[in-house]
Amino acid sequence: MSILIDSDTTFIVQGITGREAVNLTRECLDYGAGAKVVGGVTPGRLGRDVHGVPVFDTVAQAVAHHGAPIDGSVVTVPPAFTKDAVFEAIENGVKLIVIVTERIPRRDVAEMVELATLRGARIIGPNCLGIIVPDVIKMGGIGGPAKNAAQAYTPGPIGVISRSGGMTTEMSSTLSAAGLGQSTAVSIGGDAIIGSSYAELMGLFEADEQTQGIVIYTEPGGRMEAELARWVTDNNSRLPIVAFMAGRFMDEMPGMSFGHAGTIVEGKEDTASEKIARLAQAHITVAERIEDIPAIIGDKIAARQSAGANA
Amino acid sequence: MRFFEYEAREIVKRAGIPVTDYGFTTDPAEARAIAERIGGPTVIKSQVLTGGRMKAGGVKFADTPAEAEAHARAILALEINGHMPRGVLVDPKAEVEQEYYAGVVWDGIRKQPVMIFSPVGGIDIEQVAAEQPDKVGRRHFSNILPFSEFQAKEVIASTGVTGSALNKLVPIVTRLAKLFTANDMILAEINPLGRLADGSFVALDAHMDIENEARGRHKPLLADLGVGDEETRQAREATPFELAGEEVDATDHRGVAGNVTEFDGNLGLVIGAGGGSLTLFDAVRAHGGHPANYCEIGGNPSVAKACGLAKLVLQKPGVDKIAVMMSIVSNTRVDIVARGVIKACLELGYDPAEKIAIFRIPGAWEEEGFKILEQYHVEYADRSVSLNEAARRAVEKIGADAS
Repeated sequence: MSILIDSDTTFIVQGITGREAVNLTRECLDYGAGAKVVGGVTPGRLGRDVHGVPVFDTVAQAVAHHGAPIDGSVVTVPPAFTKDAVFEAIENGVKLIVIVTERIPRRDVAEMVELATLRGARIIGPNCLGIIVPDVIKMGGIGGPAKNAAQAYTPGPIGVISRSGGMTTEMSSTLSAAGLGQSTAVSIGGDAIIGSSYAELMGLFEADEQTQGIVIYTEPGGRMEAELARWVTDNNSRLPIVAFMAGRFMDEMPGMSFGHAGTIVEGKEDTASEKIARLAQAHITVAERIEDIPAIIGDKIAARQSAGANA
Repeated sequence: MRFFEYEAREIVKRAGIPVTDYGFTTDPAEARAIAERIGGPTVIKSQVLTGGRMKAGGVKFADTPAEAEAHARAILALEINGHMPRGVLVDPKAEVEQEYYAGVVWDGIRKQPVMIFSPVGGIDIEQVAAEQPDKVGRRHFSNILPFSEFQAKEVIASTGVTGSALNKLVPIVTRLAKLFTANDMILAEINPLGRLADGSFVALDAHMDIENEARGRHKPLLADLGVGDEETRQAREATPFELAGEEVDATDHRGVAGNVTEFDGNLGLVIGAGGGSLTLFDAVRAHGGHPANYCEIGGNPSVAKACGLAKLVLQKPGVDKIAVMMSIVSNTRVDIVARGVIKACLELGYDPAEKIAIFRIPGAWEEEGFKILEQYHVEYADRSVSLNEAARRAVEKIGADAS
């Protein structure tokens, strides 16, 4: 199986007439079994279509046209309009929202996340590339055009969670080349406040039978790795985890931000070295090099399985 | 973006929180005039965006206006941790009975702002939290429900503060919480918050940090404070090389070829994207390489932009070769970056095969890109070569210990 989305998932694209959104729509329609993109929304563009997907002025119109609740939305509108677009999706019953937009102030993100929580919806991102279930469906720009995505992602037992969109693909490609496919890969976004952290996705992977291990990509900045370490310990997780930590050089440069908005080191707990120590305490191995990850996670899965067989 | 103390105090004042009758100036004579107006002992404080100013001699007490002028002159010329002061703040020396702490920050895990209050102020709140945890109150508040005073009352009362002090503090902490939200702050802190002999409270120092992404919606405030759009107030000033990088990125609106940061090595890096750049920079250093710069390519930049970035890096003094490397790309096109970096070499009169230590960008349009690289005999690698291995090869070519 997979987490968050499957071949039945329906979604809309908000901001569908933008250049990137048009490409993203094409990619999602082409990938795997073909995503059910049931509509797009751009105010003032009612009646148009994008690669055959009907365009509406409002989410409510898209829902009415579909005649049933819509599962998800990919939000690609400019930063100043994102909060309103996400509120619109949530208030129209959408339960899974992937926010692609970058440079959204964190107060807006926090407001969106709080409303989503009240309504039982989930946000992935912002500043992310979305979700992919190899060979089945992708929701967002993750992996790029269908042909490129198919080259990097293959079905298998590994759940991938990454703060970097590009590195989601790089790591999955490395796993695929080693014969370890992915159950679902999620680009969670690189901002200081995001809709779904590692820990907030772990429960879903834990419940997914296909998933046997987790690979994460992480960076300095924030407390999300400490939260993951705590989750793993508190929940006695069945899933072995291997992490890769980029940006170790930033420990020497406090106050500077590289890569993603969320990477700024504001306190000791944010540093790469501190995070590595915390992850290690929760028996999460931090790989030195990406090419080492397949062997480490493969060994860990094998060790769990033989321990399970002996029990 | 962090505010100077004199700006932060102005923000606090505008929110209706009492402050002392201070003055800001860049002129010693004016410092004297402010001290005369205040008419009593004063404190002269260096206005720098760095810690440890007390220890460095950036805060001095004056009994007379003449002394205030002399201190201001000395402090204005005093560099602290590599920062020259923006000016000095001349502050009445308040008779403080007790120092408190009040602050608001984001909790990225709860995804809500959190108020922090302590009756032990004037020192680092983290130190108080470690040594006297029962003296530090914390309380989250909603992003979408209106803030209500009882929330401030609860966090103050949780530290054992009661009586008239509690009632006087509630509106102050309430206003601080509201200004945090209204101004898109990522930090709003009053420390110390002083209780004077008459029982009133006054903000004696304030730290405010506004989120960069939200600056656009606070233009009136920033204009009032005299903060220009160009002022980024990074941990260190941008170098001419970094400013040139910004210019390259601004040539057109297609994609990104920017976030250039200067280092002093001999291996120029033309790298991307966000996570890929971090990974590659670490890898180059792990193999003993000396990067000349950090940068990020992403979002499919034009040939001109990729060329501009490569030229900038190639022309940086001390750069022998460049390594062009990215994690697997799906949006950015391999052939466009390849064309850009080759064009940069040719236009500068270099042989691309000589100057480009390695090209490792797999992904969209890679067949086309690799074809171009072959024409110019540039060493390239596809996705079967890891980021780490590509970095190793680049360092090997340039020599690990030559710097």
